[in-house]
Amino acid sequence: MARTILPFGPQHPVLPEPLHLKLTIEDETVVEALPTLGYVHRGLEKLCEIRDFNQMIQIVERVCGICSCLHALCYCEGVEQIMGVEVPPRAKYLRTIWGELHRMHSHLLWLGLFADAFGFESLFMQFWRIRERIMDIMEATCGNRVVVSVNVIGGTRRDLSPEQCQWIEQQLAISEKELKQLTSTILNDYTVKKRTVGKGVLTKEQAYQLGAVGPTLRGSGWAQDARQTGYAAFDELGFDPIVEYDGDSYARSAVRFRETLQSIDIVRLAIARMPAGETATNIEGVMGDDTPQPVSGERGDMMQAYKRDKRRRTVAAPPPNLDLPSGLVSVKVKGKPDGEAVTRVEQPRGELLYYLKGNGSKYMDRVRIRTPTFANIPPLLAMLPGCELADVPVLVLSIDPCISCTER
Amino acid sequence: MLETIPVTCDAVQGVAKECLDDGWRFVTMSAVQTGDDGFDVIYHYDKDLVMKHYRLSIPKDTVIPSISPVYFAALLVENEIRDQFGICFSDIVLDFDGALYLEKEVRAMPFCKVSVAQKQS
Repeated sequence: MARTILPFGPQHPVLPEPLHLKLTIEDETVVEALPTLGYVHRGLEKLCEIRDFNQMIQIVERVCGICSCLHALCYCEGVEQIMGVEVPPRAKYLRTIWGELHRMHSHLLWLGLFADAFGFESLFMQFWRIRERIMDIMEATCGNRVVVSVNVIGGTRRDLSPEQCQWIEQQLAISEKELKQLTSTILNDYTVKKRTVGKGVLTKEQAYQLGAVGPTLRGSGWAQDARQTGYAAFDELGFDPIVEYDGDSYARSAVRFRETLQSIDIVRLAIARMPAGETATNIEGVMGDDTPQPVSGERGDMMQAYKRDKRRRTVAAPPPNLDLPSGLVSVKVKGKPDGEAVTRVEQPRGELLYYLKGNGSKYMDRVRIRTPTFANIPPLLAMLPGCELADVPVLVLSIDPCISCTER
Repeated sequence: MLETIPVTCDAVQGVAKECLDDGWRFVTMSAVQTGDDGFDVIYHYDKDLVMKHYRLSIPKDTVIPSISPVYFAALLVENEIRDQFGICFSDIVLDFDGALYLEKEVRAMPFCKVSVAQKQS
């Protein structure tokens, strides 16, 4: 049978970011797929040579526009490991809360995009409507919707007041109710099943040998999640990964949907168990005036506080002495990192790994970032051969590709 | 501090085979320049959430045997290291020949503090 080479991407309706796949097809069946990368490579890892190790937090946050908080968390944990810094217990819980909020909004974004990819536009809008509530929580607690900038080396730069925690729980209860209303649609609807069940099967053995991570790995039957290593507060909260066993696109989407509900429970638990502490400090001379900003539970008050906080960033004078919530959220860190560390956290798309090497100066020798999409491209190349051409967009989306992350 | 197991260039592929047979998952590789004319390439493996790291210390212009015939997942990171540091790997299952990110005519290795010329294949 004659073979045809078909370019998929770098510009394609289902791809928000540029990834090019050279598909070799026989009739309507894909027989080979070869990737081409490098359309948006930014060389962020190289910046560690000219930005000091504190400034690198803001850079690694911009590796990904969806899971910025977890990049910063992974980097900070690595530097803390090299410098022997013990983070206050309250900060660990705060990191967990914001990290799980990021997971929720990333999964909801993906679930919407996935539904849109196979033409289910009303489902797309429902997921994105719920996602807005999560974005509101981040905006109200951090001042930003996506790049929340809460992590610093030694802890967090912000705290949550009891009123905020209460308000978050209220918002999560509404989100949970709305999500549960969509359960039967995302998991049982004919349209969803028709386009996902049995499509792009990655066997349990393939997933492991090809280095798959995240929902791609867990959708193939592996109960492996970096949260089991106990970073942030997960060693105290405990964690059991969500696992599906069929290895197809449906299994991967089911993992993400169930993980969204699981993240709501984790945030609730973290709020309930979050220890109190004393007062906040920060890295000497670097971020000293960045005191945690409290806001009360009412939405109107939160927006007022947000606006006040926004104004504060534009004026030189320090903010008035607000009623700071109790809780030590960061420790003073002195010295420069000298040594190596490997840290990993679980991003929404899978395991994120940082290799860091400090040389005793304020600049790092190396900041190496292995993102989950980078790890999930070889499994994608294995799952594409044999599929129908019409299923390629859904299969590519099923690994939740983030090319911004991949090319750093 | 990161604990690594030293490995030689000749043993890299054998170690990968042993890891595969023992059920270790390939995580990634990290390259870092050490001085003007040396590199460390660290191989990261994982099993049951425990990681082990093999460190290969090499002078520049060394050609490392690719582990992609053993772990297919290594093909992208080996191509990336070649683009970034100019370190060559032999027998990569899918060899972009230094053009994963870079254009063919690029000669300076962007991640090297002292740039090395790309080895002609």
